[in-house]
Amino acid sequence: MVTVERRTDQRSLMAHLMRRAGFGARQKELDGLEEMRYEDVVDGLLNPGDSNHLSIDLIRRYHTEVHESRGGPWAAKQWLYRMVTTDTPLVEKMAIFWHGIFATGYAKTNQARALMVQINMFRRFGMGKFDDLLEEVSKDPAMIIWLDNQDNHNGAINENFGREILELFSMGIGNYTEDEIKECSRAFTGWTLKNAEYMSVRAMKDSIWPYGRISWHYEFRDGDHDHGSKTFLGETGDFNGDDVVRIISKQRATAVFVARHLYDYFIADEVPVPQWPYTPPKDEATVAMLADVYLNNDHNLKEVLRALFLSDAFKSARFERVKCPAEYVAGCLRVSDAIDRPTLLMNEAQDVIEYMGQTLLNPPSVEGWHEGTEWINSGSIVERVNFAFDVWNNHNSSEVKDITERLSIEGSGDAEAVVSNCLDYMGPLTFTEEKSKAAIVDHVSKNGAVNFGAPSSGERLIAEKRVAEILGLIASSKEYQRA
Amino acid sequence: MEKGKDKKLVVVQLSGGNDCLNTVIPYTDELYYDNRPFVNIQPDKALKLDNKLAFNPSMAPIKRLWDQGKVAVINGVGYPEPNRSHFRSMDIWHTAEPEKVITEGWIGRTLRDMDPNGENVLGGINFGRGLPRAMSCPGVPVASVGDLDTYGLFPNLGTDDARAEILNVFSRMYGSADGRDAVSEFLGQTGEDALLGADILKEAPGKYHSSVEYAANPIAKSLRDVARVMFADVGTRFFYTQHGSFDTHGGELPVHSKLWQDVASGIGDFVDDVEEHGYGDDTAVLVFSEFGRRIKDNGSGTDHGSGGVALLIGNSVKGGFYGEYPSLREKDQLNGDLHANNDFRSVYTNILDDWFNVDAVPIVNGTFEKFDIFK
Repeated sequence: MVTVERRTDQRSLMAHLMRRAGFGARQKELDGLEEMRYEDVVDGLLNPGDSNHLSIDLIRRYHTEVHESRGGPWAAKQWLYRMVTTDTPLVEKMAIFWHGIFATGYAKTNQARALMVQINMFRRFGMGKFDDLLEEVSKDPAMIIWLDNQDNHNGAINENFGREILELFSMGIGNYTEDEIKECSRAFTGWTLKNAEYMSVRAMKDSIWPYGRISWHYEFRDGDHDHGSKTFLGETGDFNGDDVVRIISKQRATAVFVARHLYDYFIADEVPVPQWPYTPPKDEATVAMLADVYLNNDHNLKEVLRALFLSDAFKSARFERVKCPAEYVAGCLRVSDAIDRPTLLMNEAQDVIEYMGQTLLNPPSVEGWHEGTEWINSGSIVERVNFAFDVWNNHNSSEVKDITERLSIEGSGDAEAVVSNCLDYMGPLTFTEEKSKAAIVDHVSKNGAVNFGAPSSGERLIAEKRVAEILGLIASSKEYQRA
Repeated sequence: MEKGKDKKLVVVQLSGGNDCLNTVIPYTDELYYDNRPFVNIQPDKALKLDNKLAFNPSMAPIKRLWDQGKVAVINGVGYPEPNRSHFRSMDIWHTAEPEKVITEGWIGRTLRDMDPNGENVLGGINFGRGLPRAMSCPGVPVASVGDLDTYGLFPNLGTDDARAEILNVFSRMYGSADGRDAVSEFLGQTGEDALLGADILKEAPGKYHSSVEYAANPIAKSLRDVARVMFADVGTRFFYTQHGSFDTHGGELPVHSKLWQDVASGIGDFVDDVEEHGYGDDTAVLVFSEFGRRIKDNGSGTDHGSGGVALLIGNSVKGGFYGEYPSLREKDQLNGDLHANNDFRSVYTNILDDWFNVDAVPIVNGTFEKFDIFK
C-alpha cells in the first residue's frame, strides 16, 4: 500500500536531512523515515556500520578500465559508484567534505591508488576525533608528496606542509606567526614515505615504468627528524608532528575553523575561504555553538555533526546551498534510481562532473574548490541542466513509475495539480517564483489533463512519460541547482 | 573597430607532451641521431627549413605556410624548473604561473581585462566539453561547445519542435533577473547567458559557406567549427581547441606522424578558409604543448622531458625562427632533456601587448623579455 501523504513537515524535514547528509532520498525511503524520530535518523547516519554498496568486483567485470585504478578518472568513477549506491551516504558526504579541505590532487601525485587510500582514510576517520584525522592526514603518503614533506629535512626544512596545515587545514591565517610555521615544519621533519627519493622522482616523471603504480607507505625517519626544542603556540618542548597536531587541535581557532567549514558545507554557502579572515561568519552564533561542542567533547566530530543536524539553523536552511557537481550528479542518479548495476552511463556521469568544474581526486589547488555560486557559469549550467533533464526524463526509472503511481492515487490529472504534486515529490521544492511553476503548467496543459489509467495500461505508460518530462523540467530549474 | 576586424587568437593545444625533437628536427646534428637510434627522422625525409632544422614529414601543410612566410617557430620554449607531470605542466601553461598552483587562466584574465562586465557571452569559446583552466576566471562568461551543430540546452530531444517547446519553458523559468534571493537571480542571469550564447551560435552553421573541404579528423572538425563561428562575427576573441594524445612512450614514429598529419592538415585547411573569408590578417594560431620529451629514445618511444617548441601562424606573423634551438651536447642538457631557453610567458607577452593591445604584465604576472613576432 502506497502512502500518498507527502506534505507533512516531518517528511519534508527528512527529505532535507537526506539531501544534506546524503545524496537525497527516494519516496519509498521517505515513507520509512517519516515514521522514525528525527534524532534516531541522525544517530543512524552518524553510526553507520559497514557500507553496503555495489561491489568493486562487479564494477571491474564491466569496467575493465577501473581495474588497478591506474588513472585519476578511473578511481573517481569507482568513488562515484559508491556515492550512488552506498547505504552509508553521510560517510561519503564527509569524504567529499574532507577531500575539499585536505585537497590532494592527481596533478602532482600521479597516483590514483594513493589517492583512494586517502579517501578511505577520510571514511574511517572523518567523523572521529579531529586530532586523529589530522595526524592521519599528516602521515598520508599522497599528502606528503602533494605538499613536499619528503623534502622537509632536519636542518633543511621545506615549509609547504608546515604552512598549509596551519593556514588551510586547521586554524586559518592570522592565528600563528611565520616563526611558528618554521617550528611546525621542524616538528614534521622525518615524516616521509618509504623509498621517498625514488617515489617522488617517479611521481614527478609521471612514470609507470617498470612496475606500474606502487603502493606508498608512511615512514618516520628518526635520523632525519629535528629533535631540538621548539616553541609553538605558547608551548615549548621537543615536539614531534603528533605533538603539534595535539596543540593545533585544542585551539579555539581550530574549533571555529572546523565549525565554519561544516556550516558552509551542511547549512548555507559561506564566502570563499580566503575571505574568512576579513568577513565574519554568516551566522556567528551557530558557528560559535558548534565550536563549543567541539571543545567540550574532546574534539569529537560526530558530536559536532549531531549538534549541527539537530540545530534550528540547519533545519530551517532549505535550499540555501548550491550543490557541488559530485553531489548534483550522484543525487540525480541515486534518487531517480538510475543505477542498480554497472553501466556505461557511469562513464558519461564521471566525465560530466568534470565538465561541470569538479574533477574528483584532482582539485585545482591545495585550496580545494571555490564553491557556492562559483560552481555556476554559462558553461556549467548547460552541463547541469542537460544531465539532470536526461536522467529524470526517463519513464523506465523506477522512481518515475513510483511517483506516477502516487499521483494516480491522489487522483487529479489536472496539469496544475500534477505539477504542484511533482514539485512536492522533488523537494518539496517551493517555488517562490510563480513564473517557473506557471511555465511548466502551461507546457503540460497543452496536452490536456494527465490520464493515469490502470497500472500497466497504455494510458499509464503515456502518463509515466509525461510525468518523467515534468520531473526532468523540475530538475532543470533554478531551485534544483541547490540543496 | 569594425566588427569582425578584432584580432583573434586560435589556440591549438597538443595534449600529452609533443616530441619537439621530431617536430622541428636538427637533421644535421649527429648528436640527434646518436641519441635517437630508433625514434628518428632521416634527413632525406625531413622537410628542410634551413641548413640545420626541418619539419616532420607529416607537417607538409605547415611547411607550405612556412614557405609563404606565415609561420614563426619558437624554439626552446619552457619555464624554469620544468615539471614532467602532464597535469601540472599543463596547469602552468594555462595559468602562466609556474611557482604557485592557482586557478585563474591567462585567457580568462585577458577576457576580463577586455570586457570587465562580461557583456559578450561569447568572448572566449572552447571547442570541446568542460573548460580548460586557461579560460577559467570568475565572472567571465565562456562557452564550451562540444558539437556546434547540437550545441546548447536539451540537445537530446527528438525533434526541433520538441526542443523549442522545452527551451521556451526553460527560458521562462530562468528569464528576467528577479528571484527569491541573489543566488536565484545569479542562476537566472547565467541561464539566460547560456541561452543567449546558444541562440547566437545556432545561427552560425547556416551562414557558413566555403570552398574549403576540411580533412576528416577531430582537430580539423574543431577548426572548421572555429571557422564557422568566426565568420558569424559574434565577437569571439579566443578560440580554444586541442588534439592528442601526444604522450608517445611507445610506438612513437607512426603515432606521432599521424597526429601531426591531422594537426597540420587541419591548420592548413583552416588558414585557407580564413584567407578565403577575409579574416587572414586578423587571425593568429598558437600551437603549444605542455612539455617536450627526453633527448634519448627508449627503444620505441620517448618519455616525458622538458623544453618544447611553439608555433605562431598567420598573415600578421613574421615567419622564421625565434629563440635558439637548445644544444644537444651533454653538458648543455638538463637532466637528459632539452634546456629551455625561452620562457613561454615571453610568447604570451608578445601576443597580449602587440596583438591584443592589452597590458601583459598583470596577466602573466611579471615582465618578460618579449619576442617581436607580429608585423
